[in-house]
Amino acid sequence: MAENEERLRRTMMFVPGNNPAMVKDAGIYGADSIMFDLEDSVSLPEKDAARLLVYEALQTQDYGDAEMVVRVNGQDTPFYDNDVKAMVKAGIDVIRLPKAESAEMVQKLDADIAAAEKEFGREAGSTHLMAAIESARGVLQAANIAAASDRMIGIALSAEDYTTDMKTHRYPDGRELEFARNMVLHAARAAGVAAFDTVFTNMDDTEGFYRETEYIHQLGFDGKSLVNPRQIPMVNKIYEPTEAEIKNARNVINAIQEAKLKGSGVISMNGQMVDRPVVLRAQRVMKLAKASNLVDEEGNYLEK
Amino acid sequence: MEIKKTAIAGTLESSDIQLMISQADSGIAIDLQSDVKKVFGDQIEAVITTTLNDMGVTAAKVKAVDKGALDCVIKARTIAAVQRAAETTDKPAWEVL
Repeated sequence: MAENEERLRRTMMFVPGNNPAMVKDAGIYGADSIMFDLEDSVSLPEKDAARLLVYEALQTQDYGDAEMVVRVNGQDTPFYDNDVKAMVKAGIDVIRLPKAESAEMVQKLDADIAAAEKEFGREAGSTHLMAAIESARGVLQAANIAAASDRMIGIALSAEDYTTDMKTHRYPDGRELEFARNMVLHAARAAGVAAFDTVFTNMDDTEGFYRETEYIHQLGFDGKSLVNPRQIPMVNKIYEPTEAEIKNARNVINAIQEAKLKGSGVISMNGQMVDRPVVLRAQRVMKLAKASNLVDEEGNYLEK
Repeated sequence: MEIKKTAIAGTLESSDIQLMISQADSGIAIDLQSDVKKVFGDQIEAVITTTLNDMGVTAAKVKAVDKGALDCVIKARTIAAVQRAAETTDKPAWEVL
């Protein structure tokens, strides 16, 4: 697990790495994570140009507080080595490995990142990684993949390749993804890393997008991968806590502070004991509420 | 770095710049087309020239068609074009990035 402090990762927006207009504007939509793609959205003759474009953009463009992710080409391609080196040198936050099928693949990436950090004078351990699960083999190895590296921040399900591997395709109700989603989610939670759901590609089916996002939110995913910035506010809306949830969370946090001041080890609120899971949930609700601009600096609920 | 063949990088899409680099006997000659040439022409040519100098290119002909590219895009496309023209794409010049 790469970090203890939990970061919000509701939205991870895909940006084609060889498109200057999209790379330039990627920071303005408010995505929690921005993922520049050097893999499937870039044609073979343009791999070098995309790598350079993303590198130079990272040096000069301001992407605010977004977590910066790059999807490199797979380990079976001739582009992988230079992709990893360039992105480590660029100081990227996270390198995303496509088509992860084993812990060994993640460990190889970990070792390659470590070598590049040394070569380019980057702080050891400063570059994180994540893995995309895109096949039956990957799903069955999800637990090992998620726990394979200290740099790991999360794993993502990539449904297009996965459904092809499973000899099916994507259906509106998503039942073909049930097992994979639960495997990826459990692997992530067991390893203490984030879980990202797959993209929803039919931009005309707004109702379907909300249905799917509500479903993965209910399961417990941290967030969703996106291909269109229009989907960012839609995901955030579903992850937004209700007024009652915020007030309850605020009370829990107040109760902890009060107990600390009193030097009391046991925390109670309205006569109920407040234990660790309740506190963690309250902290996450407050973080989501802050990100959704529903509370002020002190955590007071702002009427809409 | 020696220009061995003519090479192109970049596209004609908005916010991009397309560069064609070819051999020359000596010196750098830039032929720039841009809707914003009056205001930004000198700056665009300066970014191209600086990048070529950093890469050790002393002789080249450059034809550039700008579609409103930022400096970072101009630099990225120039490096890509030079590496393609010098046939060094597989061994990027890390020190220039």
